[in-house]
Amino acid sequence: MIMRVRKYALFLLVVLLDLGLHLSGSGKGAVAAQTGFDYLIEMLLFIPPIMVLVGLLDVWVPRHMVEKNVGQGSGLKGILISILVGSAAAGPLYAGFPVADAMLKKGCRLANAVIFLGTWATIKIPMIMMEVRFVGWKFALVRLALTLPAIITTGFVVEKFVENSNPPNRTGQQISAKAWETV
Amino acid sequence: MSFTTVLFIVTFLLLALSWSRDKQKTKKALKIAWKSFSNLLPTMLGIVGMMGLVLAVLPPEVIKTIFSDRSIPGLILVSLVGSITLMPAFVAFPLAGSLLKAGAGVTAVACFITTLMMVGIITAPAEIKYFGKPFTLSRNVLGFGFALVIGLLMGVLV
Repeated sequence: MIMRVRKYALFLLVVLLDLGLHLSGSGKGAVAAQTGFDYLIEMLLFIPPIMVLVGLLDVWVPRHMVEKNVGQGSGLKGILISILVGSAAAGPLYAGFPVADAMLKKGCRLANAVIFLGTWATIKIPMIMMEVRFVGWKFALVRLALTLPAIITTGFVVEKFVENSNPPNRTGQQISAKAWETV
Repeated sequence: MSFTTVLFIVTFLLLALSWSRDKQKTKKALKIAWKSFSNLLPTMLGIVGMMGLVLAVLPPEVIKTIFSDRSIPGLILVSLVGSITLMPAFVAFPLAGSLLKAGAGVTAVACFITTLMMVGIITAPAEIKYFGKPFTLSRNVLGFGFALVIGLLMGVLV
């Protein structure tokens, strides 16, 4: 019971804050609730197909294939594949979490999972087209050229940091497997 | 055709292919999908609620006002706002475009856009749930630092 309430703690906090905002009389409480509801609908539109894709990936993609292409020894090829897959993605960053998690579980290298998430967040192809339209090609291209090395560096630094902050026998896959147990 | 539509069509086709190949495996895949969905739902409800709250308290008109300050603390403030707000690309880029037209600095706009995408304070609970605290903390802190570097470089280059 307590675990169940804890799971909804953030949501309960939001409801209380919305109520507080509403009672303060600024009319913003209703705006917040309405905007949150709109986002919920949007999220319910793309999260289910992503979860189904994650399920299909889990049963159909063999572990050795993930290990070979984006695993520990995949090197430059692993980085390139992670970038390509991430840039073809749909939806905001948090939709990428379950996908990266499924990849980690299958033996993807931690750095590659972070690179995949970073690309997903910043250089999705449909998003670039919108960026060029509103801020111009020069702004978009320079931002891309600077962001890519930042993402790759972030991948390797996060990997090092996670390895150092965990007992040496715990690798990325085991962390992820543990997260999966709580499912 | 919107990206969501394409996503649905692709998912449906793959699901049909999977079903025709192996019904048991497909059922298992759907079970995994449902489990991860219902597991994420409570966190998601909290996150969408927070997104609504932030956008109500910090609407685009208010966000615009902070771009007039061009000092380093001003830049950090812009990046912090980018880190807590979450908005879809079709809101973020028109906003960035109008900010640039209104005379905001390239550095500030680049910092805002980059933190908006790379740093997620509101989505941190979900990220921690999947990958743990060290992962989430280091990824977001690095994202914030790189956003400032990217912004400053863009101020020189663009």
